[in-house]
Amino acid sequence: MSTKQENIDVSVWRGDPHSGNYENFKVPAHESQTILDVVSWIQQNQDATLSYRYACRVGMCGSCAMMVNGIPRWTCRTHVKKVLKGKKLEVAPLRNLPVIKDLVTDMDTFFDKWISAEGLHHPSKTRLDPIEEIEPKSLGRVEINAGIECINCSICYAACDTVTNNSDYLGPAALQRAWTVYNDVKDADKQTVLNAVSGDGGCLNCHSQGSCSVHCPNDLNPMNAIAGLKRATATSFFNRKG
Amino acid sequence: MIRPHRKHSLWLAYILHRISGFGLAVFLPFHFYLLSLVLTEPDRLDGFLSWTDTPIVKFAEFGLVFLLAVHFFGGLRLMALEFLPWSISQKTLVALAIASAFLIATIFFLQVI
Repeated sequence: MSTKQENIDVSVWRGDPHSGNYENFKVPAHESQTILDVVSWIQQNQDATLSYRYACRVGMCGSCAMMVNGIPRWTCRTHVKKVLKGKKLEVAPLRNLPVIKDLVTDMDTFFDKWISAEGLHHPSKTRLDPIEEIEPKSLGRVEINAGIECINCSICYAACDTVTNNSDYLGPAALQRAWTVYNDVKDADKQTVLNAVSGDGGCLNCHSQGSCSVHCPNDLNPMNAIAGLKRATATSFFNRKG
Repeated sequence: MIRPHRKHSLWLAYILHRISGFGLAVFLPFHFYLLSLVLTEPDRLDGFLSWTDTPIVKFAEFGLVFLLAVHFFGGLRLMALEFLPWSISQKTLVALAIASAFLIATIFFLQVI
């Protein structure tokens, strides 16, 4: 084997909550290589102090999302060849979330907003009641199917300019979760969900820019879920008595 | 320069709708002012109307009709997107809205030149 080893020029954001800048690394290019492979190679071979987050490496846990050449992506399932610009890569922490260190963001706000959006189960039965049958092809269940594959990676949250401009906005993932709860016939408190998602930071802030749906790595459609919440909010408004 | 995460048709449709809306908002006060000249200064209005026959104004009218068409179809797109429970055909709608806007504006342009 006498082929010359090719390198990728990787620019990685380094810093803490207060300041930071991009550092350049040369990483050996390989035939089949993910962005997470590149970041791991840097951490293992060039700078052991580089901080980043990952767990499953197979696109299930939603831990490893980062900005890659300006677009939020799941790095474990993003092949370098697909996103390389020239021979350059720029890797940065996710937008719209505070940085803890280097590529690691603080996702507390993201998860707190799931709770604020009432993306919770409100039980309608006790364990003594028989389990309710759900018809798989019923409209509500079909809507739920389109939303429950969310892996909480926060890519939609990072892609959303409404989140950037309004820190109170609940964001695509939390609202999509609320939409699945709202469509669940087993949920006992739909009005609470509707109240939570139609308030100040709720679904009506969405400008339908669609970046959440375009960049979702699982091909989910949060914009569609948010449109559903807007319809539910409008219907509730016009049906209000008195 | 459009940032990378915004480079998709849905965002383009969004920004076209906003810019066309802003353009129309800027145009409307002038439009109403000129209409008011019918009552206040008819001679000045006639002078202005003869000026609007010049090619540059005709070309500007093309821009205006284009803005109107973009905003009209963009608004229809948005209402369809949000009030009809569609899912996958959204991108097709975006393309259709923009194409229709171009079509109408171009037909108008061809008629005036």
